[in-house]
Amino acid sequence: MTLAYVRTTEAPQLPAPASTAGLWARLRDRFAPTPLSGVAAAVIAIFLAWAVWTIFDWAVLRAVWSAPDREACNAVGAGACWPFVGSKWLQWIYGFYPIEQRWRPNIVFLLGALSLAGLLIPKIPYKGWNALFFFIAYPIFTYVLLLGGFFGLEQVDTEQWGGLLITLIASITGIVASVPLGILLALGRKSEMPVVRLLCTGFIEIVRGVPLVLVLFMAANMFPLFMPPGVNPGKLLLALIGIGLFSAAYMAEVIRGGLQAIPKGQYEASMAVGLSYWRMMLLVVMPQALKIVIPGIVNNFISLFKDTSLVSVIGIFDLFNIVQSGFNDATWASAQTGNTGYFALALIYWAFCFAMSRYSQYIERRLNTGHKR
Amino acid sequence: MTNLDPRATSAPPQAGGSTSWLYDPKLRGIVSQIVVVVLLAWGLYEVIDNTQDNLKKLNQNFGFGFLTQAAGFDLSSSLVEYSSSSTYGRAIVAGLLNTILVATLGIFFATILGFVVGVMRLSKNKVVAGAATLYIELLRNVPLLLQIFMWYALVLKPLPGVKEAYSFFDSIFISKKGILMPHPNFGPGAWLALLALAAAFLGTWMFRKHARKRQEKTGQITPVWLISIPIILLSPFLGLALAGWPLTFDYPELKGFNFANGMTMVPEMVALLIALVFYSATFIAETVRGGIQAISHGQSEASSALGISRGYALRLVVIPQAMRVIIPPLASQYLNLTKNSSLAIAIGFPDLMYAGGTVNNQSGKAIEVVFILMVVYLSLSLLTAAFMNWFNSRMKLVER
Repeated sequence: MTLAYVRTTEAPQLPAPASTAGLWARLRDRFAPTPLSGVAAAVIAIFLAWAVWTIFDWAVLRAVWSAPDREACNAVGAGACWPFVGSKWLQWIYGFYPIEQRWRPNIVFLLGALSLAGLLIPKIPYKGWNALFFFIAYPIFTYVLLLGGFFGLEQVDTEQWGGLLITLIASITGIVASVPLGILLALGRKSEMPVVRLLCTGFIEIVRGVPLVLVLFMAANMFPLFMPPGVNPGKLLLALIGIGLFSAAYMAEVIRGGLQAIPKGQYEASMAVGLSYWRMMLLVVMPQALKIVIPGIVNNFISLFKDTSLVSVIGIFDLFNIVQSGFNDATWASAQTGNTGYFALALIYWAFCFAMSRYSQYIERRLNTGHKR
Repeated sequence: MTNLDPRATSAPPQAGGSTSWLYDPKLRGIVSQIVVVVLLAWGLYEVIDNTQDNLKKLNQNFGFGFLTQAAGFDLSSSLVEYSSSSTYGRAIVAGLLNTILVATLGIFFATILGFVVGVMRLSKNKVVAGAATLYIELLRNVPLLLQIFMWYALVLKPLPGVKEAYSFFDSIFISKKGILMPHPNFGPGAWLALLALAAAFLGTWMFRKHARKRQEKTGQITPVWLISIPIILLSPFLGLALAGWPLTFDYPELKGFNFANGMTMVPEMVALLIALVFYSATFIAETVRGGIQAISHGQSEASSALGISRGYALRLVVIPQAMRVIIPPLASQYLNLTKNSSLAIAIGFPDLMYAGGTVNNQSGKAIEVVFILMVVYLSLSLLTAAFMNWFNSRMKLVER
């Protein structure tokens, strides 16, 4: 048998077809895989460009950068009124806290930031002591220092607190109250004692079924009626109680998820070595369950941080309310004041929440040891 | 054989045993439950006692009789007949209807937007996916309350006053007072329109069943929705025509400084609705994306190996499976949206919370009002949850 032709050398490698290689094909694959998709991309790109340009034009090009009062901001065609922010931002942070006493909130901010950093950055040691400080000592210290009235410290009533200070106090109270309470409620919901289970389940479901506005409304209008005569804790404290109870119910559900993820063998093994219920929970189950639900806790904290803006509905001057009340200041009330204030507020809230959500994703990636595709 | 059941430790110790009754879990459980109940009863007693003292001091008493008194305040928008001489009870009902209206419309639009954005975020097209990501990351991280006010400023400011209202065909007016539309009045025989609509829905359902059977038999796809949607839309008009057109409209007209007649959609509601839809849609989009990503890649790869286009693969293979993952979190998003609609109180749209708050301000019946609002919101939550549970069990994978 003879062969007409045998190839002895390798055939030259041909370039990939023009439709799948090269810059043009790559671009098409990325931006217009189908004609319809390309049209959609073009429309979206044009809209985005327009939106970015409009905001840039308003916030930078046409903006008023320095002015003593509203005069310049009221001019036709004026953009953002930044001097309004410049003259108000200290009030946004401290509220009506006396100016010469502002070092007190500053200490609170600093300590809070240091302690939180210690808790959140995985590499920093002494997590247990840090948590003990943050969840017990720090709230008491904050309350005492800010309120004053001892050692020659001037007393500053809670009515004078405000701005970002209140927003942060409310969110941190929420988290500080909700983690331990949430753990107890979650354990209660899974308890074998019917009375405890019923009470915890009832509390969680009722609180989760009503809006936060109603809980705050209840705290402001109904809780004072429950107090013994002569006891008046003040609006802020009542609102904080409301926020604490509200977030505890949500936290309980997050933690319950973590508890359910712990294999039954862990419980059985702890019982087999003779640990009591509380030791089993404290030493074996909770350390594992809490670790799993860290992203959930952070996500809860993000919505809690946003939800603190609702305290303005019952007349507490948190960040949102204090910015908004500045719109009516006779020196600054102009056509652009409101827009500028809302824009600044949105930036502040966004920066906080975005940072937290990134952190939550980072932790999730750290904890995620499963397969990914 | 000794008892290997771990619960055996809860059996009472035998005489001379080493464990004391102090460590009997059963006894401990009973004692701690009694302690809890006693503590709770004591707390409850204190609260009731204090409340009675406080109410006596305020010259008030507990009771729901105030619901039949005249309210004396107006609501800017109501689905039922309501004026300032109506009762407190009616004010709360009007508020509840407004809450249901906003929640229903909000859920409807947020679901559509959320699904579109969620699918967009997984698009191969970088611009489309990027725009969806940008939208989600921007709006999800700003408080809803702030967004409501921003939309309110955006919606209300550019609108003209009543005298310069934009008018469309002299029947729809848009001004600072809101969107005014002609109010339809149905005469006798208008029920035929409803009947026709019901018949159209029934027909569509049967047609869909038939089409599915045909597809399973022959593989041919019938464009069910292309045919039935026009029929559904046209059917009420057909019914009306059969009844001899018993439909008249009250057109809004300018009287003095305000409009008379017609239906109004107040700007507060527009702002609230837009904010609710755009905010909730970010969460729904994330839910949808999570659901789609939870479906094994093999499913979409197998679909494209069979030559099914990406759109069809998504619609026929991936999303039906993803729905099972999506529905439970979607239900809680719906609950959140309903609860978030209570933020209406901040911009003064008369929803349930606003009506309740105003009733409380006028009557001072804080406990009763909170009780009513709680019961109503809880029932709304339970209803939504029950509906979604039913839907979920329908969509569940049928296993052997």
